[in-house]
Amino acid sequence: MPLLELDNISKTFPGVCALDGISFDVHSGEVHALLGENGAGKSTLVKVMTGVYARDSDKSNEGEKSTIKFCGQELSVLELASPANVQKLGISTVYQEVNLLPSLSVAQNIFLGREPKKFGLIDWKTVRKNSQILLQRFNLNIDVTRPLADFSVAVQQLIAIARSVDMSAKLLILDEPTASLDTKEVETLFRILSQLKSEGLGIVFITHFLDQVYEISDRITVLRNGRKVGCFKTSDLPRTTLIQHMLGKELQELAQREKPDPLKQGVEDLRDAHLRLKNVSVGSTLTNINLDVPHGQAVGFAGLLGSGRTEVCETIFAITPHQSGTMVYNGKVCKFKNPGQAIAASIALCPENRKSEGIIGELSVRENIILATQVREGWWRSIRKHKQQSLSKQAIQEFGIVTPDAEKPINQLSGGNQQKVVLARWLATQPKLLMLDEPTRGIDIGAHVEITKLIKKVCAEGMTVLVTSSEIEELVAFSDQIVVMREGKQVAELSGNDISEANILAEITNA
Amino acid sequence: MAFRTFNILPNKRYMPLVVTTALFFLLFGIGSIQFEGFGSTRVIANLLTDNAFLMVTAIGMTFVILAGGIDLSVGAVIALTGVICSVLIQHYHWHPLLVFPVVVLLGLIFGAAMGVLIHYYKLQPFIVTLAGMFLARGLATTISEESIAINHKFYSRIAEFGVNLPGNAWVGASTIFVLILLGLAILVAHYTRFGGSIYALGDDAQSAELMGVPIAKTTIGVYAMSSGLAAIAGIVFSFYTFSGYSLAAIGVELDAIAAVVIGGTLLSGGVGYVFGTMIGVMIMGLIQTYISFDGTLNSWWTKIVIGVLLLLFIGLQKFLGSEVLFKRSPS
Ligand SMILES: Nc1ncnc2c1ncn2[C@@H]1O[C@H](COP(=O)(O)OP(=O)(O)OP(=O)(O)O)[C@@H](O)[C@H]1O
Ligand SMILES: [Mg+2]
Repeated sequence: MPLLELDNISKTFPGVCALDGISFDVHSGEVHALLGENGAGKSTLVKVMTGVYARDSDKSNEGEKSTIKFCGQELSVLELASPANVQKLGISTVYQEVNLLPSLSVAQNIFLGREPKKFGLIDWKTVRKNSQILLQRFNLNIDVTRPLADFSVAVQQLIAIARSVDMSAKLLILDEPTASLDTKEVETLFRILSQLKSEGLGIVFITHFLDQVYEISDRITVLRNGRKVGCFKTSDLPRTTLIQHMLGKELQELAQREKPDPLKQGVEDLRDAHLRLKNVSVGSTLTNINLDVPHGQAVGFAGLLGSGRTEVCETIFAITPHQSGTMVYNGKVCKFKNPGQAIAASIALCPENRKSEGIIGELSVRENIILATQVREGWWRSIRKHKQQSLSKQAIQEFGIVTPDAEKPINQLSGGNQQKVVLARWLATQPKLLMLDEPTRGIDIGAHVEITKLIKKVCAEGMTVLVTSSEIEELVAFSDQIVVMREGKQVAELSGNDISEANILAEITNA
Repeated sequence: MAFRTFNILPNKRYMPLVVTTALFFLLFGIGSIQFEGFGSTRVIANLLTDNAFLMVTAIGMTFVILAGGIDLSVGAVIALTGVICSVLIQHYHWHPLLVFPVVVLLGLIFGAAMGVLIHYYKLQPFIVTLAGMFLARGLATTISEESIAINHKFYSRIAEFGVNLPGNAWVGASTIFVLILLGLAILVAHYTRFGGSIYALGDDAQSAELMGVPIAKTTIGVYAMSSGLAAIAGIVFSFYTFSGYSLAAIGVELDAIAAVVIGGTLLSGGVGYVFGTMIGVMIMGLIQTYISFDGTLNSWWTKIVIGVLLLLFIGLQKFLGSEVLFKRSPS
């Protein structure tokens, strides 16, 4: 008997049919991967089964009944009325974005709503101790009394996972839990998942990383445009077939690294550097960063979480201005005091935390796309409506953003599509120097290829691009230079033929 | 691993609290140097007695604001409670000990009803509680336009109850009661799940819901608590004035909000302390005391100073909240 069994589930939003008669089931002691392109309906399905959205009511004339059964019992409307009720049944969920409370402490976040008590009052000592022990399982040694917002997205994501793992009694649902994690964290997570699985827990796992799917899952269900393509045993499903099922067509090869053109290299030497950092340091977070980037090059930053990649971008963008060393930009020594000055100098930073720094949920896709352009132009010069429309239309096409139209509030888009909008926003400003911090987080394989192509294209047009990414394969595909970071220091630079996955991995890991 | 765990101060969230407390002692110090008799236990004791009802109201307001809401009806609820108390005691000859639970229960129901409208009908707390304010004030006036004096043995006996402190200070029943209430409120805020839910709701309602916080229960509970406390404040106020009057406590809701903000609670919710609110109320009272000691200043100066303080505190919070300064500053 399946642990959770969904039958004939549909969910329509105004103008979109997000789920169309889906059936899905998970057994105890199984990892079931739920796959599909951005906007396929994965997160919606999760939200329907965890009481966030109510499924469409049955159409009486068609006679087919939709059901959600848990442990053989059909769940009533009341039991599915709120996430709190579903949690009580023993189902715990990590939703796609980090959904924790930024001002509360880490420990409070982990134990919210289930704090151990002593004499009827919350026993904070035990809360703190248990949170610490729990996080240690995830190799996180942090001060659990600090507010959550003090930590990076990756750490926040680990905390969210830890909370759910600790709560999960029967079923654990993870919606893109690994989107901002590194190989090491993923390994830790998988070790814990395997253990939970052997203890008889059912696990639903959503991701865009196919390697991870093959590593951990027992079965795969593929969704496409709100319909179920099928449910397969992982061991029986070759990767190419899986991709075909997901995309509905074959994938173009992920663009291979081109051999560096000797002629082009010669020219580069003559060209001025566009951006040059010399011994740039910021307190104890960054020490002696040196960088030399000619016009039109793409630099990839590799390294583990917390190695200082994000901080390099933030320093260039003057969120944390550098304290020592020099930065030369466009041939001039620059010391920007705030991001405003950096923007004025045609620098753009697409930040890592989509939810808190990237999108403005209530605004439409169009408004989100033109936001940065508008800021650069100045608020008093509003961009003409038809220009706005053409900008957003172009972006929707170029990135393949799944949305009925540009006027839809962005928080109604799927996670991956929101990410595409954020990317489109910064490209629309036509910056000279574009910094992308984890640009492909939560983006599906099809769009991955598109973005890699896009980075190459803008570089060819003379834009300088700095990219931070945990996906080494992708860095290799488009970078002219690779900088490997560790603990705020630059530990290696690779260029030309030295750029390969193996070399980068070796540099990252040899501590 | 080197994650971002640097910060200048131990915890930026205590900053407004520290500033408010320091400000209180500063004001008290200045007053003590300037005026004879200002720096005494008596002034402090009177501060507590005179502001007891405001303190009770402000405690309720703290919870509402922490949960990301606002309650404009509290002043009117105080007046309504006072009127109902005096009518039941004077005209219907109920014993006060029977009247009190009844009015507090009425307050709880009134607040819960507002909470239901806010949660289930997704109405703005500002509008719902504004309507609640008109309703309660209107009801009070309908019951009696005149002020009704309360003459009851129980009232005078309670009013006489108190303890003497050194320095010619006298601590009355209402002060003792308020201090106990304050302790309970702190327990609720920091040592119960309900308290946790309130903070969670104010911090990010959507995330809180996904984390399984009972949103409906918390929202309704917090408004019920605020109105219930306003009803208690109405009772405390009736001990102070020995009467019930429909036009009493006009604008108290705004004083309460001011005290909460000066006490360091963020108006956007999720961050703040009940203890800070107490200091906030005391600062406002202290300014009043200062002006009455001075004797030459018009009492409206109190409002002006409070206005300036409010602006300063909101400025301070903005400053402390700015990420550039705190989250990213290297140690
Ligand atoms: N609250 C909402 N209101 C309106 N439309 C929505 C809402 N939530 C999702 N949708 C739409 O439903 C479709 C499915 O979205 P969903 O978030 O389930 O995709 P997904 O498979 O999780 O994609 P991703 O990989 O990008 O996370 C999308 O077209 C999206 O625009
Ligand atoms: Mg999703």
